[in-house]
Amino acid sequence: MMERKTPLYHCHTECGGKMVPFAGFLLPVQYKSGVITEHNAVRTKAGLFDVSHMGELMLSGTDAFENMQKILTNDFTNMEVGQCRYTLLCNESGGIVDDLLVYKMQTDQYLLVVNAANAEKDEKWIEEHLFGAVQFENRSEETAQIALQGPLSLQILKKLCSEERLPQKYYTFKKEVPVGGISCLISKTGYTGEDGYELYCNAEDAVKLWNQILEAGEADGLICCGLGARDTLRLEAAMPLYGHEMNDEITPFEAGLDFAVKMKKNDFIGKSALQEKGERTRMRVGLKILGRGIAREECAVFFENKKIGTTTSGTHCPYLNAPYAMALLDREHIKPGTLVQVEVRGRMLEAEIVELPFYKKGQDRK
Amino acid sequence: MEFKKDRSYSKSHEWVRELVADEVEIGISDFAQDALGDIVFVNLPEAGDEVEIGTPFCDVESVKAVSDIYSPVDGIVSEVNEELLDNPAQINEQPFESWLIRVKKIAKREELLSAEEYEALVKEEA
Repeated sequence: MMERKTPLYHCHTECGGKMVPFAGFLLPVQYKSGVITEHNAVRTKAGLFDVSHMGELMLSGTDAFENMQKILTNDFTNMEVGQCRYTLLCNESGGIVDDLLVYKMQTDQYLLVVNAANAEKDEKWIEEHLFGAVQFENRSEETAQIALQGPLSLQILKKLCSEERLPQKYYTFKKEVPVGGISCLISKTGYTGEDGYELYCNAEDAVKLWNQILEAGEADGLICCGLGARDTLRLEAAMPLYGHEMNDEITPFEAGLDFAVKMKKNDFIGKSALQEKGERTRMRVGLKILGRGIAREECAVFFENKKIGTTTSGTHCPYLNAPYAMALLDREHIKPGTLVQVEVRGRMLEAEIVELPFYKKGQDRK
Repeated sequence: MEFKKDRSYSKSHEWVRELVADEVEIGISDFAQDALGDIVFVNLPEAGDEVEIGTPFCDVESVKAVSDIYSPVDGIVSEVNEELLDNPAQINEQPFESWLIRVKKIAKREELLSAEEYEALVKEEA
């Protein structure tokens, strides 16, 4: 398969980005400064990410709301224009098709931002289940997305845009905000565990927007960050990633995403299966690796020589400066403080079950 | 990128330096550390362990991935660089100073490349 390039491809190569194929796109895994420096820049200052590979699907029409209620797991009844909401897309058996972010653009119009690797699958799934008077459009091609994340994000963005035009509350957004002369949709969202913004603009304006933000943030220590830091940041903040903590066989409850599933609302795809399944038998938990080494995904986890589950992702967390992992474990062994063993390349590493998230915004280095 | 001329190199990106007769030092090349990215853990063998040509004797963990390091010789580990256990990032900073193990009683060695040959191989792979 030929990998696609985002509109910012040349910005990355000019800045020394190491380009790798990811979800059908060529994206920087890191820049010259390396994953650890990029990660810590986001925790202490700010980092800039190209997330143009994400998919943008627009659902509109008089029946758009009813379709959302039926196809997605969250409840959109009390959602106002200008709000964002995290939700899941489940299959009939209660497994997860994808996790996504919904933006309420107008009363009858919703923007769905989906994972790049799942964009085609999601589009097809939603199309197959649509009913009534709706229009459904894929806007991914003409849309670029840039994430500015870190405690100095606001300070940096204020240099390009008046503060009143920016979204103030977490999980809200504003449309048609001029940023250095470029019209953007800006949401106060992100995937790093820090304060920050996600900016959507027309693909042809992306390079200009990227360069202006980088220049505005230079004095504040803003640097470009790649996929490597994106993954370590989300893991340190214990944010689930599709294909790891979620897939079409893991239910939202097992993944610990109960808040995004509203069992009290009318029927939605997957609801009856989730009801029938009853009590969850396994749960997503956090592991702090105590032994020397790193548990990555797919490592068997043992308690008193009995296999109790598998890790879903793991790495060395740069800000906490220790290895952590997430795992799906039998429910009877998930009490924080429990000592377990993780099999890493034939060796058994000691690990402790700990509360999620590993890192909370503003927390000092451990 | 540096290709030190006082070393020989394996195709799997280890460098070998001759110490005294029948004893060598093994590390990973500048190219290898750069490809791995930030190194955060090293699992070293112990003195007295046997190493075998083409068999991993150690693994090096970066934030991104874990990589096996292969022995280019048959022999016995005489010493391991314990400094790296506490400061694995040294491999990124000084790949040619950060030897992983020293090997003695070398029974056999694989055909190694000169610095020039190795540089050519790396350019081909890049």
